[in-house]
Amino acid sequence: MEDLRQRLTQPSVESKQEASGKVISYLAITLIGGLVATILIFLTWKGIALFTGNHYSLWDFLSGIKWRPSDHVFGALPMIATSFSVTLLSGVIALPLALVVAIAITEILPSTAYKLLQPTIELLVGIPSVVYGYVGLTVIVPFLRRFFGGTGFGILAATCVLFLMILPTMTSMTIDSFRAVPKQYRNASAGLGATRWQTISRVIIPSAKSGILTAMVFGMARAFGEALAVQMVIGNTTVMPTGLMHSAATLTSVLTTGIGNTVMGTISNNALWSLALILLVMSLAFNLLMRLVSRKGVK
Amino acid sequence: MKKTIIGVVIVAIVCWLGGSWVLAKQQPSQEKITIVGSTALQPLAEAVANDYRTKHPQTSIIVQGGGSGTGLSQVQAGAVNIGSADIFADQQDGINANKLDDNIVAVSGIVPIVNEELGIKNLTMKQLQQIFTGQIKNWQEVGGPDLPITVINRAHGSGTRVAFEQTVLKPGMQAVNAQEQDSNGTVKEIIRNTPGAISYIAFAYLNDQVQSVNLDGVAPTADNITTNKWPLWSYEHMYTQKQPSQSTANFIKYMQSEKVQKTLVTEAHYISIHDMKVEKTPTGKVTERK
Repeated sequence: MEDLRQRLTQPSVESKQEASGKVISYLAITLIGGLVATILIFLTWKGIALFTGNHYSLWDFLSGIKWRPSDHVFGALPMIATSFSVTLLSGVIALPLALVVAIAITEILPSTAYKLLQPTIELLVGIPSVVYGYVGLTVIVPFLRRFFGGTGFGILAATCVLFLMILPTMTSMTIDSFRAVPKQYRNASAGLGATRWQTISRVIIPSAKSGILTAMVFGMARAFGEALAVQMVIGNTTVMPTGLMHSAATLTSVLTTGIGNTVMGTISNNALWSLALILLVMSLAFNLLMRLVSRKGVK
Repeated sequence: MKKTIIGVVIVAIVCWLGGSWVLAKQQPSQEKITIVGSTALQPLAEAVANDYRTKHPQTSIIVQGGGSGTGLSQVQAGAVNIGSADIFADQQDGINANKLDDNIVAVSGIVPIVNEELGIKNLTMKQLQQIFTGQIKNWQEVGGPDLPITVINRAHGSGTRVAFEQTVLKPGMQAVNAQEQDSNGTVKEIIRNTPGAISYIAFAYLNDQVQSVNLDGVAPTADNITTNKWPLWSYEHMYTQKQPSQSTANFIKYMQSEKVQKTLVTEAHYISIHDMKVEKTPTGKVTERK
């Protein structure tokens, strides 16, 4: 009797597992949360040093169009504008293509095409960005140079590289959202006498809308934060973007070229940290946007 | 069964780690030198480090890039033994040059280059200045074809650019806002492929794919640099903290030795510091070398 009671009241092997599992997962959560918090605090602290420590005006920084580190003039507007333009341009070009490919694969082509193409697209998603940059430098830039003259470096070259880079990501996410549309929708639509095109345009695309938007925002967030591939082909001129064939500089490309040539704690270095802070704020904004978009879809 | 295999593997790993630790302990202690900084100097530093290692196997030398700014700030913070830079510490924001020891280890020439098809082989210093400040915008104005000038500059704060602008631009002048590339190799590639492009690179990167430009009739040769007849050149520095470690001092002494300067340094298309008949101050003043 005593023996049985002891056995029943003692913690079992399973409950011990439960407890140790809890400890491990809490530790992991604390670690990740701590890392995120450290990055956020560190970047904010370094990023505002230009305004609090060096007393550079925030307005001058955000609206100035001259970036001359040697004269201590830091206007970040050209980079902000360029970052947004290349991101938007590549997103706008990539979205329709991703849509068409996704429609073809999920709705029109036989399922063997899906089995063949899905792994291929996922393979493309994993290619490191430096490879895209190298392709841009050796193929796209010389091609643009022959076609339009000039150096070939510039916003168009960066857009092309980013487009190539985010297309697989966007396509694969769009395919997933199309496949998530229940089969009954298609059957019901066909039962009402709709043609395939009517089913696609009136039933499938509207019900996968939030997934498509998420794919677009996700792709553009990747394009916005891309540094190396863009820096290799954009030409790095810190001027306001005026034409597709003009070279320009994005937030990330200025960061990568400049950080090795400055010394921690100096005003030029702080200005680069402020650029990094803008990048962080923007990627947080993209994340929020993505959440908003996907939440709308659930309703 | 599974547990025994895992047990055996763990025991093996522990034995191996322990064994190698004991072995490592028995060996005489390694002296470590870390060199960080200028990417332009990196290939030369690596070549000399390899050479030094074969003669002094007890010394392990790590050479890393990162840029002149990184090198100077790391050596100032005491994180590395040697910070290599192609600018004077005085020219870098946020570095206290008085706290560092300057060791000049080579002289690097800089040469303006243009696209080969342009047919421009000579420019005056004044013309070069006007091109890089954006006053001359077409090659016609300097005796070339009717073609717009595409200036390719180096990144802000790059050592080559600092040296170039110190000599070519007058104080207060602002370089034209142009494309910036952060390596000699990319610059050369662009100049080779773009009609009407002009830039400047270090001697070490010059080859016959691009056209080098004479300045006021003077050719960019090592001999002309030693007398400052060719004014575009800069020092390659290896900065250390005051009172560097013995092994660091030895390595720098080796780097500056007559033998290394005559062989490795010259082979890498730098100019030996012993050949120089003039010297340059951080502010760009050139005087006769005593």
